Amino acid sequence: MSKAWRNDGYAKVTGKARYTDDLLCMDVLHCVPVYTDFVHAKLHHIHTGKAEKMAGVKRVITHKDILGTAWFGQIFQDYFMLATDTIRCNGDVVALVVAASRQEAIAAAKAVEVVAEELPALTNPLEALDADAILVHQSKGSNLINHHKIRRGAPTAAWQECDTILERDYETAPVEHAYLEPEAALCIPRDDGVMEVHGSMQHPFSTRRFVAAILGTTLANVEVITNPMGGGFGGKDDTAAIVCARAALAAHLCGKPVKITYTREWSMRESYKRHPYHLHYKIGLKGTKIHAVECRIIADGGAYTSVTPWVTWRSTVQCCGVYTVPHVHADVYGVHTNNVFTGAFRGFGSPQVNFAVEQWIDECAAAVKMDPVRFREANMLRQNSVTITNQRLDSHIVSTAQVLDAVVSESDFANKVSACSYGKGEKLYGIGLALVYRGCSLGAEGMDFCSAIINAQFDGSILLDVGIHENGQGAESAMILLLEKHLGVTRERVRYNRPSTSHIPDGGTTVASRGTLMGGGAVMNAIRRLKEIIATALHAENGCAKEDVSFHDDRIWFGADSLSWEEAMKQMYLARTYPFAFGSFAAPRVSWNEETGEGDAYFSYVYSCQAVDLEIDAKTKNVKLLHVWAAHDIGSAVNPQMLKGQIYGGIMQGAGMALWEDLHQQAGCIQAKNFHTYRIPRTTDVPKIHISIIENDDPTSPSGAKGIGEPALELIAPAIANAVYRATGKRINSYPIQPKLKGMTL
Amino acid sequence: MNTMIVNREKITVPPAWEKRTLLDFLREYLHLTGNKNGCGIGVCGACTVLVDEVPRRSCITKVETVLGKQVLTIEGMEQNDGSLHPLQQAFLDAGAVQCGFCTPGMVLTSHALLLRNPNPTEEEVKQALKGNLCRCTGYVQIFDAVMKGAEFYRKKEGKTDE
Ligand code: FES
Ligand code: FES
Repeated sequence: MSKAWRNDGYAKVTGKARYTDDLLCMDVLHCVPVYTDFVHAKLHHIHTGKAEKMAGVKRVITHKDILGTAWFGQIFQDYFMLATDTIRCNGDVVALVVAASRQEAIAAAKAVEVVAEELPALTNPLEALDADAILVHQSKGSNLINHHKIRRGAPTAAWQECDTILERDYETAPVEHAYLEPEAALCIPRDDGVMEVHGSMQHPFSTRRFVAAILGTTLANVEVITNPMGGGFGGKDDTAAIVCARAALAAHLCGKPVKITYTREWSMRESYKRHPYHLHYKIGLKGTKIHAVECRIIADGGAYTSVTPWVTWRSTVQCCGVYTVPHVHADVYGVHTNNVFTGAFRGFGSPQVNFAVEQWIDECAAAVKMDPVRFREANMLRQNSVTITNQRLDSHIVSTAQVLDAVVSESDFANKVSACSYGKGEKLYGIGLALVYRGCSLGAEGMDFCSAIINAQFDGSILLDVGIHENGQGAESAMILLLEKHLGVTRERVRYNRPSTSHIPDGGTTVASRGTLMGGGAVMNAIRRLKEIIATALHAENGCAKEDVSFHDDRIWFGADSLSWEEAMKQMYLARTYPFAFGSFAAPRVSWNEETGEGDAYFSYVYSCQAVDLEIDAKTKNVKLLHVWAAHDIGSAVNPQMLKGQIYGGIMQGAGMALWEDLHQQAGCIQAKNFHTYRIPRTTDVPKIHISIIENDDPTSPSGAKGIGEPALELIAPAIANAVYRATGKRINSYPIQPKLKGMTL
Repeated sequence: MNTMIVNREKITVPPAWEKRTLLDFLREYLHLTGNKNGCGIGVCGACTVLVDEVPRRSCITKVETVLGKQVLTIEGMEQNDGSLHPLQQAFLDAGAVQCGFCTPGMVLTSHALLLRNPNPTEEEVKQALKGNLCRCTGYVQIFDAVMKGAEFYRKKEGKTDE
């Protein structure tokens, strides 16, 4: 097996990597948030006097101290960084206490007194759109965040033509990201007037916008610098940015560096979750073909908008899975409640719909007495198929059959299906699979372009800057490997510049598995330009035509002769030409019609299939995963070991969501406050995982790579649900599954 | 006795720190920030250090209870010449590191296991690491790393036997 490599590996195995809370700073002050017990309340007064007099306290900050705006958000500015007049959820922060030590700040936070009038709270998203619903944001006049639709064919008439009709309801739970490092920020008011921000966040550019907003200053006056981050999974966007913004406000007001480090309890209380969904599906078959689908999906956005419109948009595009359906009527709503808000989470709106679709597909197959694999084959999208948004899949290789075949044959699916227990016996055995596709990058969801800078030095060393963020997934290493492969240099020659928002243009957020694709596209473009610059400057001097300059084996070649990078870069500088290239990549245009739900929603797609078999003890009802088989078409693999790591990690995160993870939310309050009550997968939960990587180079991606972070996670839940069905004979239409099983008689 | 040995070095503990947690003492007093705080309640294993070669959750361990003992943190795993311990190298080679926040605790817990049992089965590895949470890797490559790293401990044992 090839050895894995990553540029930050040494620092991470030696404990030298400095995460935000590890940064030491001499005269730093410590800041902590103040919460209330309310879920929905009118805020009258915040009494800070008592707290201010306590030992070590430097300052207590409320919304009144905000210099810019308290209100912020990526799409709608409906989220306040410190509560102004209303508390809308249990995670809301009303004040900040700054003290010389963390202990003193924590002690004083308890002395901040809040006078508020409790209001009735809306915690059931199904009631959010009722005419007499409690309004979460009075000023909006409604709890509706967004309504996405698909209107395809003539569903009303189509029902007459169906010979089998199924109706099913599904429900999914909110999920905690559970990155192992809680949120943290260190902000330093610099002598040049810039606010320097270090933080555990995955979107430095968005963080910069939040910081500039709270300080009422310009983007250029804020520099966000990236440190190693202990996991994000989509979860270190809004909340993490706000933690940085609050630290910056405190640092500005106190004129000193300020650190905020969250406890796990604060993190779980305040940070946004995966959207819980309620999904209602009506499916009509004509023979063995899916003929019509009607669905109504409600996503609980909680108190603030965050990226709910984008998350639910992906759910809309993918609401019928990877299948051809001629008639579709879909309504997808994002709504406000007084629950803790929800936002980006690896998968981004697909795990919920996949959980529903890949179960009803199995049920449809059973209804027409067809093998579940054959039924998928009969209905799945193939090369040149048209999706439910009327997009023809002709820009890339559609590999549904490839991934499905790989999993079916590797897992010996047919034989294992016939060995399933369906509720009979002591040890119940079941196998299930799921097949999905996923739109690459942001699609019509957002700003989708990125840049890279290659700056070769006089001595032949190379500095690389890319406008994406290392979330722990190995994005930086992948970019360096692209240079190795396409610029023909050794990785040792390349130094990845620790990213700063002041050094490279805004590259958007490293979510939606877009890091390798978008960053890679920009790097490829910069490589092309750098080669051109070097060839133009040096070919004559080295006696060859420009076309005969090439780059490989860590040297620059002029026909058959070559120079080392050291020699060549010296020549460049003597020729007064900078070996410096800026490259950028913009995602190909996509289109979307909000009324009909028609358009080329994403410029490319990835295809995945996973199967899982498991055993359930009929008495204890404990589920034990035995094997997972995963086949993913990822375009081309940049860093194979790391790719596998993404797949293993995604599968286990998805398994945790499907089986165990439960926040026990009651009346708007999260009861699971730490890892002792929120059970994420442990070593002993890990099954044998078999991976098949399928590489179909994608012409729309300059590096050929398409990303794997999210595809790995988004389909194990329905595969598990299907396996649980074959083990027990019972359908479980909501996750987490394990607690539901406990309450059932098998 | 108000001393302890941290990474082979004798440390005197100021009285004010005795009632504090070992994690805070290591991070804030000794500035050994390699071990992390992931939960603060003894569940995630990110703060694991070895006390007399046994894994301990430093976030729920009082400094006074380790006086006179030997503490090993991730900073003490490196060889004297600055090169990586073979177990650390195995973590890198196997791709067992993603965000790296769990890594120090994982390496130390595995080290304690392999000192005790240089020939573990995969099941024994799983049991030993059961209290160390990792949200990124899905653990598979961590198991690979420990199995690979074990070779070094077996060789070392073989040598002492000779
Ligand atoms: S921080 Fe000590 S076990 Fe989690
Ligand atoms: S590598 Fe991120 S928690 Fe283990």
